Amino acid sequence: MTLRTEPVTVNIGPQHPSTHGVFRLRVTFDGEVIQEVEPVFGYLHRGSEKLAEERTYSQVITLTDRLDYVASMTNNQAYVLALEKLCHVQPAERGLYLRVIAAELQRIASHLVATGFLLQDLGAFGTPLMYCFRERERILDMFEMLCGARITHSYLRIGGVFQDAPEEFWPALRIFLHDMPPYIDEYEQLLAENEILVARTKGVGLLSQEMAIASSTSGPVLRASGVPWDLRKADPYEVYDRFDFDIPVGTAGDSYDRFIVRIQEMRQSLRIVQQAVDQLPGGTSVGKVPVRAKVPFFIRPPVGDAYAHVEAPKGELGFYLVSDGSIAPYRCKIRSPSFINLTPLKEMLIGWKLADLVVILGSIDINMGEVDR
Amino acid sequence: MESFLERNSFFSHLYRFFDAATPSWLAYLLAASVIVFVLVNGLMLFTMALIYMERRLIGRFQVRLGPNRVGPFGLLQPVADAIKILFKEDLVPVGADRITFNLAPVLFIFPVFLSLAVVPFGERYFLADLNVAVLFIMGVSGLSTIAILMAGWSSANRYAMFGAVRAVAQLISYEVPMVLSLVGVLLLVGSMSMVTIVEGQRLPLILLQPLGFLVFFMAALAELNRTPFDLVEAESELVAGYHTEYSGMKFGMFMLAEFAASVVSSAIIVTVFFKGWEGPLLPSHLWFVIKLFVVLFVLIWIRATLPRLRIDQIMAFAWKVLFPLSLVNIAATAVEVLLWPQPTTAQIWAMVGINWGVTFVSLALWSWLMGPTLRPNMPQLLRGATTGKAA
Repeated sequence: MTLRTEPVTVNIGPQHPSTHGVFRLRVTFDGEVIQEVEPVFGYLHRGSEKLAEERTYSQVITLTDRLDYVASMTNNQAYVLALEKLCHVQPAERGLYLRVIAAELQRIASHLVATGFLLQDLGAFGTPLMYCFRERERILDMFEMLCGARITHSYLRIGGVFQDAPEEFWPALRIFLHDMPPYIDEYEQLLAENEILVARTKGVGLLSQEMAIASSTSGPVLRASGVPWDLRKADPYEVYDRFDFDIPVGTAGDSYDRFIVRIQEMRQSLRIVQQAVDQLPGGTSVGKVPVRAKVPFFIRPPVGDAYAHVEAPKGELGFYLVSDGSIAPYRCKIRSPSFINLTPLKEMLIGWKLADLVVILGSIDINMGEVDR
Repeated sequence: MESFLERNSFFSHLYRFFDAATPSWLAYLLAASVIVFVLVNGLMLFTMALIYMERRLIGRFQVRLGPNRVGPFGLLQPVADAIKILFKEDLVPVGADRITFNLAPVLFIFPVFLSLAVVPFGERYFLADLNVAVLFIMGVSGLSTIAILMAGWSSANRYAMFGAVRAVAQLISYEVPMVLSLVGVLLLVGSMSMVTIVEGQRLPLILLQPLGFLVFFMAALAELNRTPFDLVEAESELVAGYHTEYSGMKFGMFMLAEFAASVVSSAIIVTVFFKGWEGPLLPSHLWFVIKLFVVLFVLIWIRATLPRLRIDQIMAFAWKVLFPLSLVNIAATAVEVLLWPQPTTAQIWAMVGINWGVTFVSLALWSWLMGPTLRPNMPQLLRGATTGKAA
């Protein structure tokens, strides 16, 4: 006797513990195996691009904070870079270095969140997450010293940064740089060699090099598929050409590689921060060297357009600004890495099981604030 | 009757007390009722202790404090939780099969209490000394699978259905190695009675049956739906698995039964593999409680540490690893029992040596043989599974 079976369609999200926000997937299962995937976006759409058209150029910085809310610094950075390109402003040297320090710390914080939540999705009951958050907390404390905010920083300004780093920032950063490498080793030892984690992630959610390029993914997702593409090297912005660092690259393009690439990127970020501290003009003295170029209060860029992109923790984050000569942008288009990294999602998911879905989604590391904008 | 009273001092005290005033059948009934009352409430207390311990310990494992607001050191947290859960609205989904839906939590909780009936928790302290206690425990604990299936089916929720289907596959598979791993113990002790198993242990059986213990422990973890086998209620995949739609005290009963099942399983592990209540100096029931909490601590430790396996890996683990290993264990033990039917102390220590040797060799052999097949390195194979006949 054969039983009649039929595929089941399940709505995963928008309220689901591991869709990283209000992401919704309409998935058709044959038993536990995924047959069909249809992603549905837009539950967190706040119209950031349209809102930007109603704000002055400096007010838009606060909007960018809310795109990828676990990596506000790099959002600020991308927008400010585009704005500086539009206005032809040369930012202050010290400000640039402070930006790099902030951005790289932000990358570590974001990767810690990604790693922690991936492990949470894998079913490790909160422990790796809390360990990752322990270190992230120290980074957030340092951000609080820099700009008074922990999540939505708005630290960067056109021409530099909002203020010089206070006295207590430098010792905290030094201790952090000293403490962090052993912690990263600890993650790698505890997690990368865990038999269950390896069994759950190795070979899961394969993204071939061709597919990764064809679907224009970027960031750790692309690099895990074996493409050494990092905007900090490929198109060095700000002062990144003055630092010595490597681009970690995966081989297989599976979830495990994406996880390992993030862990290794944290090490490279620490290297960059260390070099930035060493090269910093004015050293650790406070307020001696300007951190911000002189710009008018109401910025009126000349008519024209500019595109600038940065290597955000999740991939290439770009801002395309069009100016009509007024105090507000005529158009502000955001190329968000989380959104574009979801392009190959269907190919990655079909044929895998329900339990792999959350792992693959977690290893792409999306942020709904950025996907829906 | 007399011999039973002699062996069960807990019962006989109560029986004599009631016998003075009432006919003996009523005295028997009353004494049994009192013991059942004490057992049920004692298990509840232990469950609350476990909930508190689990939350505090996991807090510590996760570099945070854990509950510490309600009462001294947060000791009243389980009470506060219970009160909160009692006052929650009891929701039944529109499409639910109401009778099955309401029956499932009750059916889920009672096998837990039933299996406690045969566990001796102190010297001459037990409710019943069944001569088929091991079979009884296995049979009764298998009932909870039906309750999970009922809960998942009647909820009219697809996550719940996924959880229920997983539960049936997983729990039934793990029953097999669980029962087989105890066969070695039965061969050595020669009885299925829990009391005789404790009294028959000259050494704690974990020394004599390391492989049996490992298999039993793994299978017990799976039966308890605890990490790394907790995919019946995998919260990151299935929201809450089979009890997704339950709220209020019905949900509370599921949670209570799960924690109580942890206590009962630990009690069984202590009885069978750690010489039960026996120990020097301290009173026997205190020894039992100490050993119980040590096993519970290990359970919590595992939960705080390990990620979760996938359904196919779990099934493969049961049938490709635990099942053959338990057969190896039975074969080795059977040969030893045939060789030395009445072992001397030296022969027992020889058994210990042989069994540990067998354990290490077979574990190494199986991880070498089966390890690669448990890795999901074969996406093509998985893809092939879908492109075939669907529907």
